[in-house]
Amino acid sequence: MRTSGTSGMKTSTGARAGQYIALLAYLVFLAFPLLWLISTAFKSPRELGSLHPTWIPRHPTLANFRQAFDEQPLLHSALNSLLAALGAALIAVVIATPMAWVMARRRTLLARAATGWVVVSQAFPFVLVIIPLFLVLKNLRLIDSLAGLVLVYVVWSLPFALWMLVGYVRAVPPELEEAAAVDGAGKLRTLVSVTAPLLAPGIVATALFAFVTAWNEFFFALVLLKTPEKQTLPVVLTHFIGAEGVADLGPLAAAAFLATLPSLIVFALIQRRLTGGMLTGAVKS
Amino acid sequence: MTSVTGVSVTEARRPPNRAPSRDRQQRGSDHAAWFLVLPALIPILVLSVGPLLYGVLLAFTDSQSGRTAPTQWIGGLNFRDLLHDTLFWESFRIGLVWAVGVTVPQFLLALGLALLLNQDLRLRWLARALAIVPWAMPEVIVGIMWRIVYNPDAGILNETLRNLGLGNGRDWLSSLTTALPAVIVVGIWAGMPQTTVALLAGLQNTPRELHEAAAVDGAGAWRRFRTVTWPTLRPVALAITALNLIWNFNSFALVYVLTNGGPGGRTRLPMLFAYEEAFRYGQFGYAAAMGCVMVAVISVLLAVFLVGRLRGGDDS
Repeated sequence: MRTSGTSGMKTSTGARAGQYIALLAYLVFLAFPLLWLISTAFKSPRELGSLHPTWIPRHPTLANFRQAFDEQPLLHSALNSLLAALGAALIAVVIATPMAWVMARRRTLLARAATGWVVVSQAFPFVLVIIPLFLVLKNLRLIDSLAGLVLVYVVWSLPFALWMLVGYVRAVPPELEEAAAVDGAGKLRTLVSVTAPLLAPGIVATALFAFVTAWNEFFFALVLLKTPEKQTLPVVLTHFIGAEGVADLGPLAAAAFLATLPSLIVFALIQRRLTGGMLTGAVKS
Repeated sequence: MTSVTGVSVTEARRPPNRAPSRDRQQRGSDHAAWFLVLPALIPILVLSVGPLLYGVLLAFTDSQSGRTAPTQWIGGLNFRDLLHDTLFWESFRIGLVWAVGVTVPQFLLALGLALLLNQDLRLRWLARALAIVPWAMPEVIVGIMWRIVYNPDAGILNETLRNLGLGNGRDWLSSLTTALPAVIVVGIWAGMPQTTVALLAGLQNTPRELHEAAAVDGAGAWRRFRTVTWPTLRPVALAITALNLIWNFNSFALVYVLTNGGPGGRTRLPMLFAYEEAFRYGQFGYAAAMGCVMVAVISVLLAVFLVGRLRGGDDS
């Protein structure tokens, strides 16, 4: 994506220097908590107990990682998170793609209502939804189960999934579909064999985003899952913080560091699409 | 999520219906559209629209968790009780302070960062990457990370203050006076990416030629910003600010992890309050009423904000 930076204009050296100082300040503000988390994860308990902590651990150790795995069922809860996030991402794109196509191609009342819901749901008050959701899932016997959580995550990630997919569908020229229709392909055939392949990169990006959303989610998981064996990673991570708010910092930092990695990797993959897609969404049409 | 800020832009610039033949063709095959929509529509109705309406109804009942007696319709009693619930209104006030206290500085900081990222600066790639990171992180981990930063002994904040000779530092998250500001800083940090990315997208829409023409005319940086950049950026800025206000007011996980509402309820956001009311004390009906009040007040405030802003734009 080409940027409309003001590079062509002459900027005085003073202004440039000011800009670099400001950029540096932003870099420090954005990066220092991350670096401190990593630094803390590699410090020994003795070092953490002593006053005057340093940026570079004096005796780097992996003890915290070992202890983190011993103290809490990290692997098991990570597996729960993985299942919930994969399930949610797959179901979300499978059901959202056809709907996004209708929203992009049709001007019916239904398509308009769906667009309205996408916008309104951004302002959805979770308080108002969580209690009835709890009761509904209880009646469906889906409370305290990963299946129920997956359903909630699907619905929860639909607005953004629809938003992204509608943009991608609009980028596919309708003429292609019309040509297939002229050739005698049925509606569904056209969608499956003409539109879907062109949408594939967009669908993958949407699925990855839904995956991260579900992997990171905390509130619904906290309310809906009670059995410890079923809890997801973010819920289990809060167990490191004791009842009195006293935390065992080393293992806490180690576990937090590990739990961030999957989201970071996925986000690195879709970052360009995410920002780029937003730009085209705003610039295009 | 952020992309929705683009909605208004896209909608506004949507080209007029270009293929009339498609429209005619459409009417005949509408049952096909239903077939395509249903798989998503049913979950939306059952797990999103339905619960929302159900929640509004619950606010008028005495629904409680784990009670055997049938739930009664009690009219506006919950709301009358709520009116006199000083704890709730204190929490509501904290929620507003938090939402505004996060949204406004976040907007200004994100605008500055977006303007910088729009320039040809070295290290821009690094800043771009770092600016996205908080978005990717689970909120729970952002909370944990800042707890470690704020930690009175092993935290970097107090150590830096000690090194600079600015006293011994303090227990930021447990002190009555500093807890809320400390939490607000975390909120600002965590929400930077969405705002920056949205504003950057808006900036890249500003016409480059206009910028250059203004520069040739001798307009300074500030005048160029006021007259060229801001008018194009304004719709995006308004949308992201409105969304940020809503998101921040409804936020939960960050503060739950950082302070769990303490000390002494100083950081007890309305969401935390309603959560405790519903799932610790089992008062479903009462908590639902809180939810209704939160939505109503926020809708009104937002409407006032948006109408005021839009008017202000017409005058200038």
